Amino acid sequence: MAITIAAIRGVSSGIRATRDVSEARAVAAPARLEWRVAHVVSVRDETPHARTLVLDVPQWPGHRAGQHVDVRLVAEDGYQAQRSYSIASAPESPNVELTVERLDDGEVSPYLCDVLQPGDGLEVRGPIGGYFVWEIAHGGPLLLVAGGSGIVPLMAMLRHHAAAPREISARTAVRLLYSARTADDIIYANELGRLAEAREVDVQYTLTRTAPADWTGHRRRIDRPLLEHVAWPAAEGARAFVCGPTPLVEHVATLLVELGYDPLQVRTERFGPTGP
Amino acid sequence: MADTPFIARGFHPKRAGAAPNRLPPGQYETRDFPVLSAGPTPHTPLSTWDFTIADSSGTAIRWTWDELQALPHDTPTVDIHCVTKWSKFDTKWEGISVDTLLDAARAKGIADGQFVVAFCDGGYTTNLPFADVTGGKAWVAFGYDGAPLPPEHGGPARLLVPHLYFWKSAKWVRGLRILQHDAQGFWEQLGYHDRGDPWREQRYQGDP
Repeated sequence: MAITIAAIRGVSSGIRATRDVSEARAVAAPARLEWRVAHVVSVRDETPHARTLVLDVPQWPGHRAGQHVDVRLVAEDGYQAQRSYSIASAPESPNVELTVERLDDGEVSPYLCDVLQPGDGLEVRGPIGGYFVWEIAHGGPLLLVAGGSGIVPLMAMLRHHAAAPREISARTAVRLLYSARTADDIIYANELGRLAEAREVDVQYTLTRTAPADWTGHRRRIDRPLLEHVAWPAAEGARAFVCGPTPLVEHVATLLVELGYDPLQVRTERFGPTGP
Repeated sequence: MADTPFIARGFHPKRAGAAPNRLPPGQYETRDFPVLSAGPTPHTPLSTWDFTIADSSGTAIRWTWDELQALPHDTPTVDIHCVTKWSKFDTKWEGISVDTLLDAARAKGIADGQFVVAFCDGGYTTNLPFADVTGGKAWVAFGYDGAPLPPEHGGPARLLVPHLYFWKSAKWVRGLRILQHDAQGFWEQLGYHDRGDPWREQRYQGDP
């Protein structure tokens, strides 16, 4: 998914308060993030609209779950286009995987989904971003709320959780609420089904457009009752990560604060509509 | 850029038709106004809102919402550039020039400095060179496109520094602290650039 980091955050009114970013300070690299030509190892269609690119990035410095990379396409005449894409793979994965949703009127995503082939090169630099990240050492419980391709950075967190030693992952309970338009639009459906076999991982879907006749999940946009049903009670002190289109993220983040979540424990990443 | 560009095989750009000299490197034009925030949107009532300028000695000047509104308004029309790659042309704002606020601050004995840190509801901060918020280049903006600035875009007021990447235009701004030495803000500590000039593509720490 094309993501938006950048700017700004806030809540409450402690104007002298300074957000604690010490967790992330250690990875703020003073050295320049260099462009590297990644090798496309393979591609995998996830849904009719989303494709995963499996990349071998030379001298990849490693990443944390939730971070993203910049991708640069340079045309023969020197014209360049850049976009940001969340990393879907766990830090433990030998390759860097990006899952890209095809925007039909886009300039970069149709190239990545339809033109790029195994064996091709692709310029990337990263990893970027240090706030929308989760490490198993941060603990839980963990609440993940995804809209559409907003699942991508949350999938990196789920995969990171699954890669941890069993005695550690079993202590960290995770709940995912994933809103998609239709059942066919659910990215990573099979893998999410396998992850949900772990007792501490709960996966719930809600479909906002059409649902199959035998659908047993939820069928509506995320609202307060649905969030109350899925989310940890505020007293549990869960960390929440919310990623998706702006209206979903605005709505869910506001609801979580109303439900008593500490705004500093509600981390968001929003995307689109950002044009081509 | 020093890198030798790698040509993407089979990449035939659509080119959105933007005047190339208005788009900094790596940017594309959008007609939307994306929302970019790291957390929930705060909602501060105007009755308790104020704006502060303080220097390193602790001397401060403070405006209530009504006092700020009574100052002369500017209505800049500017291009804005987000580090996430989108640019938006001819955005129309209403606000108070930071020069106007600094004139009043100087009259109260507040000293100029080399840098400022903007601070905001929710604890967000961003650092800027003093020269980047003076000389008609920066505003405290509370109107957008003829209406009050919506909360998700930083309302009731945000900093507007359009010649730098837009994370420097801090949402929900409540004041400026004038410093003699640079002190990194929120995203800057997380690896983003201390100045953030889009024309030099200063996105991340270590960029030229």
